[in-house]
Amino acid sequence: MSLWQYANPVKFLALSARVQPVLWTLAAVFTSVGLLWGFFGTPDDARQGSTVKIIYLHVPSALMAINAWFMMLVASLIWLIRRHHVSALAAKAAAPVGLVMTLIALVTGAIWGQPMWGTWWAWDPRLTSFLILFLFYLGYIALWQAVEDPDTAADLTSVLCLVGSVFAVLSRYAVQFWNQGLHQGTSIPVATGNRSVADVFFYPLVMAMLGFGLLFLALVVYRTGTEIRLRRTSALQARMNRRA
Amino acid sequence: MAAALEVSNLSVARGGVPVLSDVSFTLAPGEALVLRGPNGAGKTTLLRCIAGLQPALAGRIDGAEDRIAYAAHADGLKAMLTVRENLRFWAQVFGQSDISPALEGYALRDLADRLAGTLSAGQKRRLGLARLLVTGRPIWVLDEPTVSLDAEAVALFGAVLRGHLGAGGAAVMATHIDLGLEARTLDIRAYRAAEDADFGASDAVFL
Amino acid sequence: MTALLLRDLRLALRAGGGFGLGLAFFLIVTMLVPFSVGPEAALLQAIAPGVLWLGALLACLLSLDRLLALDLEDGSLELLLTAPLPLEGALAVKALAHWLTTGLPLVLAAPFLGVMLQLAAPGHLWLLTSLALGTPALSVIGMFGAALTVGIKRGGLLLSLLVLPLYIPTLIFGAEVARRGSAGLDPSTPLLMLAGLTLAVVALMPFAAATVLRIGLR
Repeated sequence: MSLWQYANPVKFLALSARVQPVLWTLAAVFTSVGLLWGFFGTPDDARQGSTVKIIYLHVPSALMAINAWFMMLVASLIWLIRRHHVSALAAKAAAPVGLVMTLIALVTGAIWGQPMWGTWWAWDPRLTSFLILFLFYLGYIALWQAVEDPDTAADLTSVLCLVGSVFAVLSRYAVQFWNQGLHQGTSIPVATGNRSVADVFFYPLVMAMLGFGLLFLALVVYRTGTEIRLRRTSALQARMNRRA
Repeated sequence: MAAALEVSNLSVARGGVPVLSDVSFTLAPGEALVLRGPNGAGKTTLLRCIAGLQPALAGRIDGAEDRIAYAAHADGLKAMLTVRENLRFWAQVFGQSDISPALEGYALRDLADRLAGTLSAGQKRRLGLARLLVTGRPIWVLDEPTVSLDAEAVALFGAVLRGHLGAGGAAVMATHIDLGLEARTLDIRAYRAAEDADFGASDAVFL
Repeated sequence: MTALLLRDLRLALRAGGGFGLGLAFFLIVTMLVPFSVGPEAALLQAIAPGVLWLGALLACLLSLDRLLALDLEDGSLELLLTAPLPLEGALAVKALAHWLTTGLPLVLAAPFLGVMLQLAAPGHLWLLTSLALGTPALSVIGMFGAALTVGIKRGGLLLSLLVLPLYIPTLIFGAEVARRGSAGLDPSTPLLMLAGLTLAVVALMPFAAATVLRIGLR
């Protein structure tokens, strides 16, 4: 028994049917508790007032925007190396979710930026990097849709994801070099442990982040299942056509 | 004599669906093999696979590495280059230098300085076939080589092919026309993949 | 290899090869800029390095879909796959031919267009240098994009969508060199970054392009 057995589409479907109720429940609980606690159970910030509360949407979505791409990168590598269809389809399934997360991060950032910085948009390195990430998601999804043969599409998008990752990192540094920004530093630097967020804001934020993570997972499992069923349908159809 | 080309238990797919399975044949130097079968039987797929343009589902192809010259429906000609320039380019790519046998063999000498774009369909086809001669490769893989050729040109092609075989070359081709040469025929309907054959098909894992 | 280079150059130079289209596009874009932002010399001078870099980049992008599509149409691409040339080398050579016929003319034309946009005097040298260093990267990255979209019908727009984000680092460093140079600042840091980027891309992208081309033509 190994983890790889779930790389078989049929086994994956069986597994996902069992874990999905749990995932959805946990995602709903963590997301709603985190957000409700954050919105209604925390005091206003001394300087920022109630606008600070958008952090409970902004930070988790930004986190998942990047992690979704990272997950797609890992899934693409697994597909290229081990040729597991579930992996390729999971990457395909994750892309639109990542795109929406990026969009949420950009929009909430703009809404937050207006009262704080006095502008909806600034060409700040972080903002710009997210915009670039958004473009990469768009290109990735467009390529999946443009290629007819599903295995060829999986191969091409995987290589694009790899090459795109390298260029995304390059762009990140280039953008930093190009303009020092307005955006504050990381709210919760894991490496140093010196977080700049007070405990009272921190715990609901962690809840919301876990919630978004679980939501992402649930969505990807669900969407991967859909993609598998689509492939299954066309595989069956191809065989029916041959018999006819 | 050692086989020029040996295909064993080859299975090929088109669009992810197996079309032929367990195709086996050997080709000795000097021998030609004609593939027969109705449209859609998998002749083109099999030839592309032998030429190394698409992967096989299963089986082996021995002796093909760097010895195949492939010609299909598209001739790989540049309209804005002359006949001579087109041939010289492909000769150089394949590390050859002499293009005169090709010009002679297909009666292209008079057309040598015409732009390929101004040739008729049949003349273009002749140029496309002449390209095979400048590759210096022993095994020709030909997909419907006589399309748009008139009777005279077909005779030219037959003569060139006989010369190629006589010099120890070999050829596999899909054609419906009798070229007036001794060639084995292989009816590929015999290798039609079984309806439930799922070996190696890329989507079998989803069933 | 040489034969391939010569063929591509010859094809580009013959009528219908599209040579000079990129250059004309560059000229037109540059000409449209004063129409859109106004003719004040100070404003034009400030934006000239960036506008010229952007114009060169777009002119380069415009010609990318011819890079492999024509060879695919007439079957040459498949025949090249069966040829004894390594595909990586063939694509690198084709990218070089593209640069010689598209990138290099843009580089040489840029200083003249710079005059039209009131580019400050020291800026010309740095604009020329940065474009000369940066445009080869645009050609090889474009080759990757062209290989990625080769089997796709009407892939031109998709090609732009895929390639433009990949152009961002080159554009940032290249335009920064030109901008700092024309402002009289020291451009050596972005210049080195640009040179490093171009070298890395020229060395690695042909392999990525060959990989996706093999997949796409399967």
